[in-house]
Amino acid sequence: MSLDRGSEAARGGEFVQVEPGVVIALRPKRTLWLNVVYFATRKPLGAFGATVAIILVILAAFAGVISTHDPYRTNVQSGAQYANPSAEHWFGGDHLGRDVFSRVIHGARVSLYVGVASAFLGSSMGLILGVASVQLGGKVDLAVQRVVDAMMAFPGLILAIAIMSALGASVHNVVIALTVAFVPSTARIVRSQSLAIIEMDYVLAARAVGAGNWRIILRHIIPNIFALYLVVLTFYIGGAIISEAGLSFLGVGSPIDTPSWGGMLSGATRQYVSLAPWLAVFPGLAIFVVVFSWNVLGDALRDVLDPRLRGTD
Amino acid sequence: MKTYVAKRALLFVPTMFLVTVAVFVIMRIVPGDPALIILGEGEDGAADNLTEAKLAKLRAKLGTDRPIYVQYGTWVGNMLKGNLGDSYFYEGRPQVTYYLKDRIPTTVELALMSLILASVVAVPLGVLSAIKQDSVSDYAARIVTLLGIALPNFWVAVMTIFFLVLIFQWAPPLAYEKAWNDPWTNFQQLIFPAIALGTSNMAFIARITRSAMLEVLREDYIRTARSKGLAERVIVYRHALRNALLPVVTLFGFELGRLISGTVIIETIFLVPGMGKLLIDSIGNRDFPMIQAVVLVIAVTVLVMNLFADLLYAWLDPRIRYS
Repeated sequence: MSLDRGSEAARGGEFVQVEPGVVIALRPKRTLWLNVVYFATRKPLGAFGATVAIILVILAAFAGVISTHDPYRTNVQSGAQYANPSAEHWFGGDHLGRDVFSRVIHGARVSLYVGVASAFLGSSMGLILGVASVQLGGKVDLAVQRVVDAMMAFPGLILAIAIMSALGASVHNVVIALTVAFVPSTARIVRSQSLAIIEMDYVLAARAVGAGNWRIILRHIIPNIFALYLVVLTFYIGGAIISEAGLSFLGVGSPIDTPSWGGMLSGATRQYVSLAPWLAVFPGLAIFVVVFSWNVLGDALRDVLDPRLRGTD
Repeated sequence: MKTYVAKRALLFVPTMFLVTVAVFVIMRIVPGDPALIILGEGEDGAADNLTEAKLAKLRAKLGTDRPIYVQYGTWVGNMLKGNLGDSYFYEGRPQVTYYLKDRIPTTVELALMSLILASVVAVPLGVLSAIKQDSVSDYAARIVTLLGIALPNFWVAVMTIFFLVLIFQWAPPLAYEKAWNDPWTNFQQLIFPAIALGTSNMAFIARITRSAMLEVLREDYIRTARSKGLAERVIVYRHALRNALLPVVTLFGFELGRLISGTVIIETIFLVPGMGKLLIDSIGNRDFPMIQAVVLVIAVTVLVMNLFADLLYAWLDPRIRYS
């Protein structure tokens, strides 16, 4: 992080007179704002991703205010069915005359909820499992790793489909299914990273001064894994959003009338795509832009937070 | 090498056992009684002739009245004899293996086609991106890969159909033909699904190839090759690419998982009668033995291919087996 000291000081640093005639510039405090500016100038694509993520949060939070219609209300009378995009229906109307714009906006809610909840739960459980596996070591580690191996034999979407087929379609069940799918890979990544950290001299030093297991986990391992955890979490949010869309598209995700981006692309939309292409265009674009943004944000965070991973792709 | 093979094989057994347990457990969290599902799914008014005696008889036939570990044991025992159970849905010929045998080749064909298409595009793209790092073509290639990863394959598929039908007025022949019956029709039917399926895999392979190439190009032996005065082409293809493709092999297992997940979606959209479509249809039919069998076959395939990839990697790179 080589910032140009001179210009930085000029931008907001303090000057101190150490002796008559000698003035030195102090390095400015790294305020949050400075960090944001630094991130945005170094990683413009990442900043774009972060902006879209913030917009997504705003859309999800104020979906009721922003949307122009009730996303569930069907309207087959007044020509709203397959309506072209217009001032009344910005993104057109679907096969039941529901307003596509309002459904896309409400879809942000489903996507964000599933994305954040399952990625957070999955990666946090994986973190705990991975660290515990290393800390407890021996037979526990061996057993946990075999379970992780077995779970990783199931491709994520297949595992989620199997769980959804048993639990039935609902947004909460999608969160459960995706959480289960995210745990093993996080546990695997965290474990290998923890194994490297536990060999470090500072852990040995901590042990030498009498630090216990808990202290080592909380003060040494977790803080050193946290950057990795944040990066994994960011990527999983994108992954979860695309998986939720995939599950709903296949009809095993969110219930059929829920305004979910994946669900909006399935069923009738597929049949009538040549009649009303915008039915497929807008929800698809929404998924694409949001997933793309989380991915580039994850890339940028990884580069900034974890120098060891820099330039690995 | 022998000890390495033995070690990996030894780990394989408990993992395989846990995979079967996982599949068994997932299918047991289904709420309700399978006997009720079967009898309840009949024609209207089935609930009227639903008697406790009938239920008990069916439970005995299905074996669901026995303790859970006995059920698991029977299931695994039958599996070893090549019997993956009976479908709840297909009455005339209930053995699920019959349907799997019919569907698996189609899925394998589709997956292979898409993998070949993806690699043919991805490897040169990744190499170009790496040898011209930070040039315009590198940025272009990286943007293409980023887009490829973020584009949901089902959307790509829906849009492909849309453009084929609307702009080119072309639709693939409807009745599915197997490759050995009518190769040309089969090719027409699978080429577009394979392209739609291959987009994200292409992006992933290109990304991995690029990063592996970048790493290898900084190695000492590349500098040696350059200082010997070898042609750049020889350096890139003979020295760098050969070594760079090694990590691509290790990611094969991961790629395979993505590929199989993709076939489920793509087969459903393009109505390709493969294993993925069988899985989704079976969910609609609440045909749990079929779901169980398909999921198991997929997991075992991934496990075996991963073992194979590990062994191949160890064979190619001696550092692995001695570490």
